[in-house]
Amino acid sequence: MRPTFWQRLDTFARHQVPMVTTLLLVLVAIIPSHVPGLVRIGPMLSLIAVYYWAAHRPDLMGYGVVFAVGLLEDTISGAPLGIGSLVLLLVHAGVVHQYKFFNGKSFTVTWGAFVLVAGGASLLRWLSISAVNGALVSPEAPFYAYLMTVAMYPVIGWLLVRLHIALLRDV
Amino acid sequence: MSVKQPSASPSRLGHIRSLVARFALVLLVGASFALMLLGKADILLVERFRTTATDAVAPAIDMMSRPASSVAEMVDNVRELIGIREENRRLRQENERLLRWQTTARQLETQGESLKSLLNFVPEPQSSFVSARVVADTGGSFAQSLLVTAGEQDTVEKGQAVMSGEGLVGRISEAGRRSARVLLITDINSRIPVMVGNAGQRAILAGDNSDRPRLLFLKALQSIVPGDRVVTSGDAGAFPPGLPVGVVTAVNDSDVKIEPYFQRDRLSYVRIIDFGLSGILSDIAPPTSKADSKR
Repeated sequence: MRPTFWQRLDTFARHQVPMVTTLLLVLVAIIPSHVPGLVRIGPMLSLIAVYYWAAHRPDLMGYGVVFAVGLLEDTISGAPLGIGSLVLLLVHAGVVHQYKFFNGKSFTVTWGAFVLVAGGASLLRWLSISAVNGALVSPEAPFYAYLMTVAMYPVIGWLLVRLHIALLRDV
Repeated sequence: MSVKQPSASPSRLGHIRSLVARFALVLLVGASFALMLLGKADILLVERFRTTATDAVAPAIDMMSRPASSVAEMVDNVRELIGIREENRRLRQENERLLRWQTTARQLETQGESLKSLLNFVPEPQSSFVSARVVADTGGSFAQSLLVTAGEQDTVEKGQAVMSGEGLVGRISEAGRRSARVLLITDINSRIPVMVGNAGQRAILAGDNSDRPRLLFLKALQSIVPGDRVVTSGDAGAFPPGLPVGVVTAVNDSDVKIEPYFQRDRLSYVRIIDFGLSGILSDIAPPTSKADSKR
């Protein structure tokens, strides 16, 4: 039976969930939290979302979307353009390439793998920023931001799992 | 958890699709590098792109940041209520002290005015300001900047000084139509001519993305001690002289760190001040006082 127009529209809307959640997290990350000291070590929320969806529904987020998310992040955060896109693209490609590994793995294993992936991503980001600025920037803040990102993974990951099960289980 | 995973199609179509995906990846990674180079080469173009994009998403960020700032305000309120008696006592003492200073300031003002009139002093251009809400704060090692909800339609222009109640926050680095980016004095790209201490020694305040920017090109390092006040010097015409910036916290061999007066985690509103320094027509038509706030 061919799906009706409304069914197709519904499926289409559900398929946008990974993109929309990632874009929302980009915006959430730059909202002033008014917590002393937090702003310099803010977690990379978009990285969590890109990683999660690449590991679980790589069919719903193409390279174009990942590139656009990185570009948006660089644009509104004032960082040099291109770095966010590069880091997110490589993370996405790496995880999609290891799709067999992530398929059906438990949350803890995915988190463990994220520790490595986020470490690589932070290192790459730090090197790129230093290269663009023409001088090594202090590695202290990126390192704490990395720890914060790893620590935030269960929280954001849990929210994404909820959304994933609620909206994307059958489509 | 039982979540549907997509199955890889083994057909020729799947093969073509994976080739296309790989091509797209290579293309987009190349585009990322190209953007990095472009950001270095054509600053104007990149800036225009940034302001347009930021203007487009500014309303969304503005809306999303409101709950966070409401919560922060509520927490502040409770904190203030708890310490209200202590605060009251402190303020009364401070008020007494300030009243004495006021008298001194009045006397000095009159004296200054009469001396200026003796010297045929050319008055400084009048300044005007707009207040704007801080809707985004980007930190980390990447860029130290704020987004504020005021742009060219509110007479905000690139280069204007941004102050909080405590001191200098930074300057406008990009102005869109309804939003603007503030480059903080802690950003790695920020360089501000300053004066240090009572002697008014000239230096350049350079950010390095940490919370403590450092002073460069100091001539007499030994005369600098922790606790010295740092104010703008007005050199290069970027800012008027005398805006409070921060205090010296640490002096090592060849390295002087300062702590800015502004408190980053408490920035909800900032004042964007037009000192009339950049406008070439400012001496013909002095800028009208645009003291309307956006609150």
